Amino acid sequence: MSIPLSLTVNGKAVSATVDERTLLVELLRNHLNLTGTHIGCDTAQCGACTVQVDGRAVKACNVLAAQMDGAAVVTIEGLAAADGTLHPMQAAFKECHGLQCGFCTTGMVMSAIDLVARHPNADEQTIREELEGNLCRCTGYHNIVRAVATGAAAMAKQGG
Amino acid sequence: MGANDQGVIGQPVRRKEDHRFLIGAGQYTDDVNVHGQTYACFLRSPHAHAVIKSIDTAKAKAAPGVVAIFTGADLTGVNGLPCGWLITGTDGKPMNEPPHPVLAQGKVRHVGDQLAIVIAETAVQAKDAAELIDVDYEVLPAVVNCVDALKPGAPQIHEQAPGNKCYTWALGDKAAVDAAFAKAAHVSKLDIVNNRLIPNAIEPRAALASYSRSDDSYTLYVASQNPHVERLLMTAFVLGLPESKVRVIAPDVGGGFGSKIYLYAEETAMVWASKQVNRPIKWAAERSESFLTDAHGRDHVSHVELAMDKDGRFLALRVDTVANMGAYLSTFSTCIPTILYATLLAGQYTTPAIHCEVTASFTNTAPVDAYRGAGRPEATFVVERIVHQAAVDMKMAQDEIRRRNFIHDFPYATPVALTYDTGDYDATLDGAMKTADVAGFAARKAESAKRGMLRGLGYASYIEACGLAPSNIAGALGARAGLFEAGQVRVNPTGSVTVFTGSHSHGQGHETTFAQVVAGRLGIDIENVEVVHGDTGRIPFGMGTYGSRSLSVGGTAIVKALDKVIAKGKKIAAHLLEAAEGDIEFKDGKFTVAGTDRSKAFAEISLAAYVPHNYPLDKLEPGLDETAFYDPTNFTYPAGTHICEVEIDPETGVVKVASFTACDDFGNIINPMIVDGQVHGGVTQGIGQALLENCVYDPESGQLLTGSYMDYAMPRADDVPSFKVETRVTPCTHNPLGAKGCGEAGAIGAPAAMMNAVHDALAEVGVTRIDMPASPHRVWQAIQSARA
Repeated sequence: MSIPLSLTVNGKAVSATVDERTLLVELLRNHLNLTGTHIGCDTAQCGACTVQVDGRAVKACNVLAAQMDGAAVVTIEGLAAADGTLHPMQAAFKECHGLQCGFCTTGMVMSAIDLVARHPNADEQTIREELEGNLCRCTGYHNIVRAVATGAAAMAKQGG
Repeated sequence: MGANDQGVIGQPVRRKEDHRFLIGAGQYTDDVNVHGQTYACFLRSPHAHAVIKSIDTAKAKAAPGVVAIFTGADLTGVNGLPCGWLITGTDGKPMNEPPHPVLAQGKVRHVGDQLAIVIAETAVQAKDAAELIDVDYEVLPAVVNCVDALKPGAPQIHEQAPGNKCYTWALGDKAAVDAAFAKAAHVSKLDIVNNRLIPNAIEPRAALASYSRSDDSYTLYVASQNPHVERLLMTAFVLGLPESKVRVIAPDVGGGFGSKIYLYAEETAMVWASKQVNRPIKWAAERSESFLTDAHGRDHVSHVELAMDKDGRFLALRVDTVANMGAYLSTFSTCIPTILYATLLAGQYTTPAIHCEVTASFTNTAPVDAYRGAGRPEATFVVERIVHQAAVDMKMAQDEIRRRNFIHDFPYATPVALTYDTGDYDATLDGAMKTADVAGFAARKAESAKRGMLRGLGYASYIEACGLAPSNIAGALGARAGLFEAGQVRVNPTGSVTVFTGSHSHGQGHETTFAQVVAGRLGIDIENVEVVHGDTGRIPFGMGTYGSRSLSVGGTAIVKALDKVIAKGKKIAAHLLEAAEGDIEFKDGKFTVAGTDRSKAFAEISLAAYVPHNYPLDKLEPGLDETAFYDPTNFTYPAGTHICEVEIDPETGVVKVASFTACDDFGNIINPMIVDGQVHGGVTQGIGQALLENCVYDPESGQLLTGSYMDYAMPRADDVPSFKVETRVTPCTHNPLGAKGCGEAGAIGAPAAMMNAVHDALAEVGVTRIDMPASPHRVWQAIQSARA
């Protein structure tokens, strides 16, 4: 069965017709060629596929594309400003060496932005607990935690 | 210091590769699509051990979208996957080397063993069709434990390996060890299990294979740490193709940790099948497939004995180990528990006599091969656990027993075949103790005790042998490949530089570190240096990345190529400046006539090389593009001390890492930010092994019980603390960078430091043995048993 969909992705209106089994992550990667959203586990455990749906972090391997009709989805490709300026969280990950192989990174950044939205003044322990849903095998989290704190401060400054 | 002078070397330069990853523009294998691609699904065995009585693909072939289905019977002319290292046993005979079929032939030997490749128009259609294949199995008894597999009556896995034995191998002077034990004042003993791990790079393995009818060639995108090795093994040993007809591209790779070194069945079958169907074929492993079929790590069972004199000086070390090979020999499986293990058993100590015997067995489990550290974590765990125990037995302080036995004179020839070139083990022990505030431990322990908590401190003074290695020595030890590295420095006409390296970066940051080396040595801006890797169509033949070798071997190859560039540049400059070649100096990006202000900038020389109007064409070729192959003269020997402090809640058995300190000697450092990051990641994998991770197969059925992230406990952000890492430097004496390697140290030192801390904490409640992982359940049970 094919299901027609209309949604916005990174601010642009998108229409697609998908198989009922199609996951959001497959819609993004295979239909829209937004390959920055990665598939690491298929069981909502690793968080590499994290995107924003209507302003909340969601694991795109765990929702059906069919559920996204009318939704506003933001992926890693939609974070930087139109002139290419990185989102403060993206910049913080670079500054703090919060990434190595880069595979978990895009989901990690999307989760981190959501984390900061909910906990603008998160301390280290809060950051660590909130990142529970995102696995990284390279960094040992040390520099990711620093990056999130640095990014949070930069976001606060930008917001204020 | 600016980014355009030699000061760029040693600076925490932010990584050049980060931007593409941060904007979602990384190109991992599964991100690549080609016109007309099909999708593969592999049919895998649900049984650990079974005879395949029949495979019926008729219904599946008729399913919607199916392009083709191939089973083992179809792979005529395709050999099995090769093992890259021949071990010769103590009986003088070569190891038992049973076939490792690309698709199962007659039998399946572990859960996940692949029987068929299903190729369809979509991934979903391939999966649906795979479910329609009807396989009639005769299920056989299975064995998963490496010791059980060697027992009489164990299920026989390969007819070519009687008793499931691959080899029994030994290193060291047994008579000298026996003699030393006979006169020892004290002998400490331990039984040790080094738990089996599943690597779990977050990018699952993936491949995209295409065939071109126009020139009968193949292109394979694959998540690999070493594309040339992949190509060599696949073409020369399995498919019988000329290497010139196969291009292997390992684009961005999302972590490897060893698991992406090897030639796997899936991409091999796909390359072969791409010609049969004349369509590109794409496959990405699901995480469940990664758990079942990525080469696993560790899985040793050992008994160790350390003989000492009355003052705690080590007289001899005796180690017996059984190592699990899994169901088939993965590419470098056989050298891990031998060449990369027993040779490290001297550790940082002057132990004069060492003997190690290793028996490798086959089991009905996934193949086992190198995983971050590969043999060296296992050796460090044996050595540092027995040293910890020896200090306890001798009532000596942990630092004191180590200092008393440290090697101080270099070069030092160990009794297990290695010669350490340099090191300063007191310096890293002192550094770690100071940073870990060992002096304040007693007060912290007392404070924990007030809260009913147990606190422990653990040391690991590790050594590793990296920078693999002199090819001739490796060859004598059974290696079936060379171990050099290649580097090419192409200076473009206007002075920018493209570096082609045989090393492969899958998180290590080579695009930055190598660019720093080149920018620093040439005195040019780092932004003008581009590092290319991972494509046999672009780079010279290289061995890839494993064993913490990229900077010390791959970086040195680049330095050797740079030396040639500079030497040629001097010839060109001498001509342009009308001076003798011997009078030309190269410094800060300029070729200068010594003692004068007459000079030519680097870009002027490169332009002259490619626009050779005023050029010594009678003596010198145009162009400025040099390649070097570097084969090291020795291993490098990174070393250091890790100190871990844990707090254990005896009521719950939960072990909390209170602090972790690493003081490492990696030789000279190009980018300290990247080095620290490597240590953080390695330590976390080590903590994972010690506290969380454990691969468990059901002993009866052979089913993988830890086959998902719900069952296999990966370290998460709240399982580890922030780390204290620092370095001391004794430069490597035999490569021009003075670099030793840093990628594996964390995973090598951390498990022993962690478990020594756990044993230290639990000693006061009478617990004497706890195996990894020290999970709450195990710790709680051990405490209850000790109290009973």
